[in-house]
Amino acid sequence: MSELLQFLISGITVGAIYAAIALGFTLIYNASGVVNFAQGEFVVIGGMTAAALIGAGVPVWIAAPLAVIAGMLVGVLLYRLAIRPAGQAPLVSLIIITIGASIFLRGAMQAVFDKQIHRYDGFSGDAPLRVGGATILPQSLWIIGGSVAVFAFLAWFLNRTRAGRGIRATASNRMAAALVGINTGRAMNLSFALSAAIGALAGVLATPVTFTSYDVGVLMALKGFSATMLGGVGSPLGALAGGLLIGLIEALTAGYISSDYKDASAFIVILLVLFLRPQGLFGARIMERV
Amino acid sequence: MRRQAVAAGVSALAILAAAPAIAEIRIGASLAVTGPAAFLGDPEAKTLEMLVEELNANGGINGEEVELIVYDDGADPNKARTFATRLIEEDEVVAVIGGSSTGATMAMAPLFADYEIPFISLAGAVVIVDPVQEFVFKTPHTDRMACEKIFADITARGLSKVGLISGTDGFGASMREQCLDVAEGSGVEIVADESYGATDSDMTPQLTNIAATDGIEAIVNPGFGQGPAVVTRNYAQLGLELPFYQSHGVASDAFLDLAGEAAEGLRLPATPLLIPDQLAEDDPQRQPVQDYIAAYEEKYGEKPSTFGGYAYDAFHLLVDAIERAGSTDPVDIRDALEATEGHAGVTGVYSFTPEDHMGLDLSAFRILEVADGGWKPVEE
Amino acid sequence: MAGQGTTAATAPVDTARRAHAGNGKARALIGPGLRTFLIFAVLVALGALIFPSSYFYRVGTLVWINTLAVTGIVVLLGYVGLVSLGHAGFFAIGAYATAIGPNYGIPSPLAMAGGVALAGLLALVVGRPILRLSGYYLAIATLGLGMLIWMVLSKEAWLTGGPDGMTVSGMNARNLFKLVGLKLKSAEAWYWVAGFVAAIGAAIAVNLANSPSGRALRAIHDSDVAARSLGIDVARAKSRAFVISAIYAAVAGALLALANGYITPETGGFMHSVEMVTMAVLGGAASVFGALVGALILTALPQLLTVFADYEHMVLGAIMVVTMIAMRRGLVPFIADLWNRRKS
Repeated sequence: MSELLQFLISGITVGAIYAAIALGFTLIYNASGVVNFAQGEFVVIGGMTAAALIGAGVPVWIAAPLAVIAGMLVGVLLYRLAIRPAGQAPLVSLIIITIGASIFLRGAMQAVFDKQIHRYDGFSGDAPLRVGGATILPQSLWIIGGSVAVFAFLAWFLNRTRAGRGIRATASNRMAAALVGINTGRAMNLSFALSAAIGALAGVLATPVTFTSYDVGVLMALKGFSATMLGGVGSPLGALAGGLLIGLIEALTAGYISSDYKDASAFIVILLVLFLRPQGLFGARIMERV
Repeated sequence: MRRQAVAAGVSALAILAAAPAIAEIRIGASLAVTGPAAFLGDPEAKTLEMLVEELNANGGINGEEVELIVYDDGADPNKARTFATRLIEEDEVVAVIGGSSTGATMAMAPLFADYEIPFISLAGAVVIVDPVQEFVFKTPHTDRMACEKIFADITARGLSKVGLISGTDGFGASMREQCLDVAEGSGVEIVADESYGATDSDMTPQLTNIAATDGIEAIVNPGFGQGPAVVTRNYAQLGLELPFYQSHGVASDAFLDLAGEAAEGLRLPATPLLIPDQLAEDDPQRQPVQDYIAAYEEKYGEKPSTFGGYAYDAFHLLVDAIERAGSTDPVDIRDALEATEGHAGVTGVYSFTPEDHMGLDLSAFRILEVADGGWKPVEE
Repeated sequence: MAGQGTTAATAPVDTARRAHAGNGKARALIGPGLRTFLIFAVLVALGALIFPSSYFYRVGTLVWINTLAVTGIVVLLGYVGLVSLGHAGFFAIGAYATAIGPNYGIPSPLAMAGGVALAGLLALVVGRPILRLSGYYLAIATLGLGMLIWMVLSKEAWLTGGPDGMTVSGMNARNLFKLVGLKLKSAEAWYWVAGFVAAIGAAIAVNLANSPSGRALRAIHDSDVAARSLGIDVARAKSRAFVISAIYAAVAGALLALANGYITPETGGFMHSVEMVTMAVLGGAASVFGALVGALILTALPQLLTVFADYEHMVLGAIMVVTMIAMRRGLVPFIADLWNRRKS
C-alpha cells in the first residue's frame, strides 16, 4: 500500500511539472493558435538562470523572480521576432518557426551558460517528509503548489481581469476583438510573456528535484504536449488534469508494468487520445472549417 | 522551367571546397563537443587543445610542431563518419583521437581500417576492442570491466543478490548488458532489473520495486549524466540502506555536487583522478594525475573529469608512439602503439599488444567510497 | 486560427503549365518525369566531375540520400499539405531492416525490400486513423508515432543493438560496379548509387504530380471538402501519399545504413524528422528541386560551419526561423520569383 502511495507521489510531482508546461502551451495556443514547440526551453531558461544566479551568491528569493523575468523577456522576444513577423503563415511554417526557435534557444543557452548539469538546494531544505509509509520531498510540494497556483491565477486572470478577457477575445476572433477596441498586439505579447513566465517558474521550482541543463527542454516539451492533448487543447483545466494524469500514468507504468517503456506511455497516450477522442478530456469539440 | 534551371544553378554554386591547412604533424579529433554527449566531448576537446599547446611550447615531437584539428560531431555517427573522412582525406592527419560515444566510434572505425590510420577511441563499450580491429584502440576501461570490478567488491563484502537500475542511454544500456553477462561468472545473481530515461526526474517507483525484491542485498546503477544523481537522491529520500554502487560514468566531483549528502557511503570504480593526494608516493600514476589536474585547473579554472582523462591518455600514448616510431607513417605509429608497455597515464597503466587494444586490466580501476563529501579509496 | 493561408499548393501546376507554354514541341517530346531524371543525372555527373576526393563524394552521397527522403516529404507536404513530424521513423525502419536481415541469414537486397515493405505497410495501417486528423493534430500524432518507433529501436537491444546502434554488413556498392568491370572507390560507388536512386525517385514524384492521382492530391491540398465534392476519395488519396512518402524514407534509410556500415536509433528520432521537414520547406516543399536544394544546404552546412561548431545550433535555428518568415514558400520559389520579376 505504501508502495502505491509512493508511486502516486512520484506521479503527481512529475505530473505537476508537465501540467505547468501544458498550461503554458494552452495559453499561447488559445491566444494565437500557435503550438509553441519552444515551450520546454522556457523551463530550462528559468532553471539555468536561477542556478547561475544562486551559484553566484544571489539569494534565492531574488534569483527566482529574476529567472522568471528572464523567461518572460525571452517569451516576448519570441513573439516579436519569430511569431508576429510570420503573420498568417501556413501551419508547417509556424511549426518550423517554433522548432527553429527552440533549437536556437538551446544553442544560445550552451553559449551563454555552459553544457554542465546544475542544481541548487530546495527552498525548504531537502529532508524528505514521511507520509503514510511513503516519502515526499518538500520541494515536490513547492512544485505541486506552484502548478496549482498558476492554474488558479490563470483562471482568475483570464476571467476576471480586463487584460485576461482581452486575451480570450483576441483568441476567439482577432478582427472582432480589434474592432471593439482591444489592443490585440498587447494581448498577444502578454500571452507569450505569461506563458514563458509559467514555464520559467516551473523550471525554477523543479530544478532542485530534476536538475537542469541546456538540453532537457525537448523531451519535456513533448511530454507537455501529450498532457495538453490528453486534457484538451485550449482548456487550462485540461492542461492541469492532463499533466497530472500523464505523470501518474508514467509512475504507475514504471511501478507496475515495466520501467523500460515508461517513456513510451506519454506517446501512446497521445496516439490513443488523437484516435479516439481528439478533443481530449475537457477540450471543445473540433470543428472543421470549410 | 525557370525554377528547375535556378535550382540547378543554386545546387552547382553551393559546392564549396574546404582548404586544408599546412602544418607539420597533423592529428585529428572528432568529438561530441556540443549536443547530448557534450558532457563527454567538451572536456575531451579542452584537454587535447591544452596538451597540444603545451607540447608545441616544449618543442613538439622530435622538433616538429603538432597541429590538432578538432571537429564537433555531436555524437552523431553520420557526422562522425563524414568528419573522419574529411580528417583523413582533406586534412591528411596521421592519427585520429575521438569518438566520444560508441555510436560515433563504430561508425568511423571501418574507415581507419580502409585507410590504415591509427585511431584511439574515447568511448566505453567493449565492442570497440572485441573483436580487435587492427587500427582501433581505446583508452577508457570497458563497461564490462566496470561490472567485473563492482561485482568483485560486492562479493568481497559477502553479498550476492544484486538489483540493477540503468539509464536507457547508450552508456547505461551497454553497461547493463555487460553486467547481466558477467554476473554469473562473478558470483553474483541479478534479482531486479529496472531502467529509467536519461532525463527523467523521479526514479522512486523503480527504486521502490527494487527495494521490495526478496533478499535484495545491493544496488548497482549503470548510467551517466544527471540520471544517477537523481537516483542517488531518490535512494536517500526513500531511506534505503542497501550497499549502493555507481558506475565510472559519474566518477567526478560534479556528481558529488549534484547528489549532495545522499551520496555518502556509495561506492564506484574510478580512476585516480579523484584521489590525487591519496596516491602512494611510488604510484606511477601519481605524477601524471597531479600534472594533469594542475594544468587543467590553471587553464580552465575547473577540475578535469574522467572523460578528459581518457583524452589525456590517448594523446600521450600517441605522442609516445610517434616518438618511439621515429616516423609519422601511420602504420609505423600503429605498430609503435601496439608495442606500448607500462605507460602510466591518468586512467591507468597501459600495455597494448596486437591482441589487446585496450591496454588496461582491472587493477586500473580503484574502488572509491564517498566519505564526508569526498572520495576515499577502499582497501582491496 | 492559424494554419490556413495559401501555400505553394498550385506551384506544381504552375510549373507544368509554364513548362508546356514555352517551346511546346520540345517539351512535349520529353515528359516532365524524364526531364527531371535527366537534370538530376546531369547534376550527379557534375558533382563527380568536380569532386576532388572521397570526402566530397561522401558528402555528396549524403545529399542524394537526404534528397530521396525529402522527396517523400514533398509528396506528403508539398502535394497534399500534410505535415508529418515522425517520418524519420520510416527512415529508421528501412535502415534497421537492412541491418538486421543479414544477422538472420537474409541477404541485404531482400532485407532492404522487406524493410521498405514493412514501412509501407505500417504507413498503410497506422495511416487510416492518423490521416483522419488534420493540422496540428496530425503533426503531433505523427510525432508520437515516430517517437514510439524510435523507442522500440532503442530498447530492443537484442534485435537492434540498443542505443549504441549496430553494424550493417552487406552489399558494398563497389561490388555492383565490379560486376560491370568498373573499379571505383567505395565512396564514389555509393555516390553514384545514391544519385541514381534519388534521380529515379525524383522522376517518379514528378510523374505523380502530373498524373490524375497527383492532381487529386493537390486538390485535397486546397480543400478536403471541395475535393470530396469533386468525387475524389480523399481518405484513400491521403493514404496513398502517406504510404508513398514512407517508402521514399525507408529506401533512403536502407541506403544510408549500407553506405555507413553502421546505424543508430537517432536516425529515427524527433530531430531527424524535424530535419527532413526543414529540408523540404527550406528548399521549397512544392517541388523535388526544392527537396534537392534543401537537402544540399542542410547537409553541407555543418561541414561549412565547422569553425562555428559551437554556434551551429544557433545558426541552424536562425535559418529555420528567418526562412519561414522571409521566404515562406522556400528558397527555390523565392529565387525563381526574383528571376521572373527581373525579367518583367
